[in-house]
Amino acid sequence: MTTGSTGGSAAEGQVALRVRDLNVTFTGGGRAVHAVRNVDLDVARGEFVALLGESGSGKSVTARAIMGLTDEYTRVEAAELVVAGTDILTLGDEKRRLMRGERMSLVLQDALSALNPVMTIGNQIGELFRVHRGATRKQARASAIELLGLVGIPAPKNRVDDYPHQFSGGMRQRILIAMAIALEPEMLIADEPTTALDVTVQAQILDLLGRLRDQLGMGVLLITHDLGVVMEVADRLAVMYAGRIVESGAADTVLGLPAHPYTQALLRSIPDAAVKGQELLTIPGSPPSPAQTPPGCSFNPRCHLAIEVCRTERPPLVDVALGRASACHRSEELLHDLVH
Amino acid sequence: MTSSTESAPTSAVLSRVDGPRVVLEATDLRRTFTGGSRLRPTHVSAVDGVSLRLHAGEVLGIVGESGCGKSTLARMLVGLEKPDGGSLIYHGTDVTRSTRSDRRLLRTGVQMIFQDPYTSLDPRMTVGDIIAEPMAATRSAPAAVRRARVAELLGLVGLAPEMMSRYPHQFSGGQRQRIGIARALALDPDVLVCDEAVSALDVSVQAQVINLLAGLQKRLGVAIVFIAHDLSVVRHIADRVAVMYLGRVAEIGDTETVYTRPAHPYTQALLSATPSHSLADRGKLSRRRVLGGEPPSPVDPPAGCRFNPRCWLATDECRTDAPALRGFELRDVSCHHAEQALAEARLA
Repeated sequence: MTTGSTGGSAAEGQVALRVRDLNVTFTGGGRAVHAVRNVDLDVARGEFVALLGESGSGKSVTARAIMGLTDEYTRVEAAELVVAGTDILTLGDEKRRLMRGERMSLVLQDALSALNPVMTIGNQIGELFRVHRGATRKQARASAIELLGLVGIPAPKNRVDDYPHQFSGGMRQRILIAMAIALEPEMLIADEPTTALDVTVQAQILDLLGRLRDQLGMGVLLITHDLGVVMEVADRLAVMYAGRIVESGAADTVLGLPAHPYTQALLRSIPDAAVKGQELLTIPGSPPSPAQTPPGCSFNPRCHLAIEVCRTERPPLVDVALGRASACHRSEELLHDLVH
Repeated sequence: MTSSTESAPTSAVLSRVDGPRVVLEATDLRRTFTGGSRLRPTHVSAVDGVSLRLHAGEVLGIVGESGCGKSTLARMLVGLEKPDGGSLIYHGTDVTRSTRSDRRLLRTGVQMIFQDPYTSLDPRMTVGDIIAEPMAATRSAPAAVRRARVAELLGLVGLAPEMMSRYPHQFSGGQRQRIGIARALALDPDVLVCDEAVSALDVSVQAQVINLLAGLQKRLGVAIVFIAHDLSVVRHIADRVAVMYLGRVAEIGDTETVYTRPAHPYTQALLSATPSHSLADRGKLSRRRVLGGEPPSPVDPPAGCRFNPRCWLATDECRTDAPALRGFELRDVSCHHAEQALAEARLA
């Protein structure tokens, strides 16, 4: 499928991540559940791309599939899966394991359970240098201290021998980010890195990610459900619904004039000072479970623009304007403001 | 501008709205938890002298970061937690000591909606039993009446009465939160305490529940204490808002006043760190007021104003004297330098 690419026509060396036709199927429990279907993603180096979606839309599954963190009951298929110029589909398990941390890394949402509670922070960060770079304990410790300073942990020399429980939630998240950037990967995937954090800490983390992106030239794929965060940091945006990307493009244009009714409805359902005291616009119903997506367009039972064809035929993700794609039968009308 | 008819030590804003009667009044509520080892106990001062007045039919928003004591305050307001100090008065009756009769009175009038719709409903009870339980527990109605009331309540929260015989796992998160709301309404309370009631929901479902709560408040005239960390949601629903920092109220007043002209440095920093949902404000965070340091822990709160180590206006006075809540331009604020903070914010 050539349509629906997110406009990432950057030169080959500049591409941090290139995904074509990614499908993830859960095969446990006797029945195949298609959690992610036909996902295309492009992240250039130094670019901040947001993957926006609600729970169950398949955004975290996408992240794990790209990283290769899947179990025996998960089937991952893709036409292309290229990270920093290396096709990781053809790599063996061992080579792929070495890529993780070195070339691509993942920041998880729950910082407390992602850190080892019985290892000091210094050892956990240092382990990366010892395993991947063959550093000595002393060198690894020095590198860990340097990294802790980089992510803004005060007095890193004194904190390096502390255990995860001795840090606050925001600091733990920063430690995870420190581990993710330790080996200066080309691609960083951050799965809801700020969801559990307070706004003042969230702002610090977003700052940090932006700064590191500028300094190290990483490509960042930020997975989130928070439109405010997307609004703030994303260069480009892909919106996921029921396992598929339904809209993608430059963040400014997508958020300014959505071409998919789901994106539009999401933007409208957020409380805004202007509509205080009035009813919020809502999307009826709730997101479908990946095991039971409705026929036709997955969004049709909740869509206020649904017409007959939406119930029977699934709209493909097609380019609707330069560098943006939408999967809706009526995106033309939406874009030209013919329907609301 | 202020009609200070009451001589209580409470401040200006609290007595400004004289119209509707006060349903729930908290004065100087305190709660300290003891933790750590037996030999070296630590004291967590979760709520330290919070005074609030909730009027009939109003929505009072409470915002603040994690660890600021929002949830402990909520639990004290519904009688789930016994205050160490201060008093809680419900309809003129002092219920602070939470004796058996106090609790009974409080529970018929003050109900809570919990954060997590997945753990706050008993998975082995039918929806009908869950919603009827408050009535059964207070023996306020015979079984047949309870059934009819459950059907009515389900209708009220937008669920079909036939769903009564189903179990919680058969419902989605948004529907479960509706069930929790129906249960809270079963005894016809005049106060609902919502502790992060919409935080666990998806964005597209969150709006439905917010609309439901706002509608119920208008229709039933129930007062709501709406606790959330999402400032835009609180702005949408609340008439008045209280900003908490480390167990104390930093600023309380009319929602629009607090949001548009915050006078406490902490409120200003909090608001500036909140990502905006409009494209026009893109890049707002880079212009935010950056707070130094980490949010301090309530285990060892700083002396004086609890915000002083992170405050850019802090003086020696702030490090020694805890500022009391005082009336200042249509809101109450606990800051020695509120005038300066507001003036600087206007210039910026």
